[in-house]
Amino acid sequence: MDDVRHTIEVEGVYKVFGRRADTALKMLHEGHDRDAVEEATSAVCAVIDASFKVAEGEIFVIMGLSGSGKSTLVRTLNLIHPPTTGVVRINGTDITTLSPRRLRELRTSTVSMVFQHFGLFPHRTVLQNAEWGLEVAGLPVEERHVKAMEALELVGLKGWEDSYPGELSGGMQQRVGLARALATDADILLMDEAFSALDPLIRGEMQEQLVELQQTLKKTIVFITHDLNEAMYLGDRIAVMKDGRIVQIGSAEEILQDPANDYVEAFVQDVDRSRVLTASSVMEEPIATILRREGPKAALRTMRQRQVSALFVVDPGRRLVGVTLDDDVMEAVRSGEHSLDPITTSEVPTVSPDTLLADLLVPSAESRLPLPVVEDGKLVGVIPRVTLLAALATGTPNGVADGPADDGALESVAEPAASHEPPGSPDAEEVSE
Amino acid sequence: MDLDRLPRIAVGDWVDAGVDWLTDNLIWFFDGVSAFMSALVGWLETALLFPPSLVVVLAFAVIGALLRSWKFGLFTALSFALIVSMNMWDAAMSTLSLVLVASLITVTIGVPFGILAARKNGFSTFVRPVLDFMQTMPSFVYLIPAIVFFGIGKVPGVVATIVFSMPPAVRLTELGLRQVDKEVVEAGEAFGASPSRILTRIQVPLALPTIMAGVNQVIMLALSMVVIAGIVGAGGLGAMVFRGVTRLDVGLGFEGGLSVVILAIFLDRITSAFGERASKRTSR
Repeated sequence: MDDVRHTIEVEGVYKVFGRRADTALKMLHEGHDRDAVEEATSAVCAVIDASFKVAEGEIFVIMGLSGSGKSTLVRTLNLIHPPTTGVVRINGTDITTLSPRRLRELRTSTVSMVFQHFGLFPHRTVLQNAEWGLEVAGLPVEERHVKAMEALELVGLKGWEDSYPGELSGGMQQRVGLARALATDADILLMDEAFSALDPLIRGEMQEQLVELQQTLKKTIVFITHDLNEAMYLGDRIAVMKDGRIVQIGSAEEILQDPANDYVEAFVQDVDRSRVLTASSVMEEPIATILRREGPKAALRTMRQRQVSALFVVDPGRRLVGVTLDDDVMEAVRSGEHSLDPITTSEVPTVSPDTLLADLLVPSAESRLPLPVVEDGKLVGVIPRVTLLAALATGTPNGVADGPADDGALESVAEPAASHEPPGSPDAEEVSE
Repeated sequence: MDLDRLPRIAVGDWVDAGVDWLTDNLIWFFDGVSAFMSALVGWLETALLFPPSLVVVLAFAVIGALLRSWKFGLFTALSFALIVSMNMWDAAMSTLSLVLVASLITVTIGVPFGILAARKNGFSTFVRPVLDFMQTMPSFVYLIPAIVFFGIGKVPGVVATIVFSMPPAVRLTELGLRQVDKEVVEAGEAFGASPSRILTRIQVPLALPTIMAGVNQVIMLALSMVVIAGIVGAGGLGAMVFRGVTRLDVGLGFEGGLSVVILAIFLDRITSAFGERASKRTSR
């Protein structure tokens, strides 16, 4: 972890609003809880002891409900809300000590921001909005135009540059906001609930566009959201905030599989797991396999032993060659065939380890066999249908199921697969047939 | 014990003493202000009265037509011609120059104060009761110290008018600036803009419709005060109305009053046209 370059480092940041912030801070240090402190001092403790690091090129999501302090926390990263105490380092420099002039330089060159309600200037055209950061930086007019136009093109707003923000739809307005932030070439992008004000369809579109842009731009992004699905979709890592404190930091899967406390657990209940978990997190050890050079007889023996009706044929080094079925193996043994090659079909649907569970449903439904998980041609695991169902079922909130009967059914299927360790997979296949 | 009486607190005496001290010690200042204002008013009045009156009427009509509509231009031409034919033209132009000079000074003082009030909560809480005081004090009262400091004539009229019409300039500027979407201001800040750039490029343009509404109010209040100032020799339509009152000459009073109304309509429509233009540009 230490060889990763950290663009943003936040250490022990507190943000307390109010006249008696110092007293409140002291009480918090003494270990009083937030409600007691706010009661005693009438200060507002928006952020309490936040520490995290964001690696270069990472999308770091800060997630929490309204009032959890997430929007305040993101504003401490460009000192729109200077922290009451604590250190914020951007590219190694402690920005809390910068002079106002240097701070403004940092904002024009290194850190830019996208706002929940877009924060566009209604009296300026789309182009003039996109130019704002460059204008502040003092760039010549020509250069401003070129860069702003590039940014507008990047977000798909070419041809709209002379319109006013009021003439655009919400999604397009936020694209202007994004273009304004991208135009300055800042390495760090702070996105404060950037997509929350958009309707769901447009929101999904914007999320996809952001992920797409990120693949080429490789910015360091701090993304604030109250929507866990959005957090899980966008975030390389996620910090969950509650009442001003960060309660857990981890990848989407870590948070989903191993919630730090009841709060996080309750929170992640509603998540669509199929869009977060990947094949690698649910796949099982492939044991129904046979080496290509072993013949049909060996294959038949293995099938008997493992009580399965199909085997994955692999090269030494676990390179997946194909699949062979029991009928064909029987036939081959009877006719004295010595090679597995004629009875191996290579037309097997495979998935990669980072395929989302949601994208496994169709191939899994279409195939009688467990889905082989293949990385660089190597068979790294298999996903029997029941395993997939079980993974989707655990943690599914009651609210989603149609009724208790459904729930029970899911659990009874889930139970055996979950309780069986490695030998589970061939059995599971039997069940699915 | 006498329950009807309290010891006399000599508020009036203190004010007198304060005014005396000011006249004794700051006479150079008042003389300077007086010279500056009468020069300004005199210059504008001359400019308005130098060309033939019908040419000026036509000029106003063109302004009205350009800023609003040809209908309003026509209305301006006819109503201002009526002022000319009622023999009120000189008085009306004198009043107009007083109003414009007073409003100009009010806005140049009031808007910066409004900006300050929008930025500093402390200043805002301090200035609010002062503005209340200025607005509710009967307007005649301003004339008394104004005469003491500046003597009889146009200048005390202008000064009293400035004091009386200041509140809306400060208030609506503050309101307009505070109404600017917080996120929009933050967006300015987040890209490294300096406070002065945020003020001039974002806040003031977006607050302009409200500020213009304040300017409109200032001009209307100034007009009403300038008429009252006619009593202390500020001349113009106020003097006509006042003469009508003292001589019980209903006709003269009405003609003067009607001219005031015509000026008021003209000034109101013109300033609100500016405000509408500003709001068309800033609305989302």
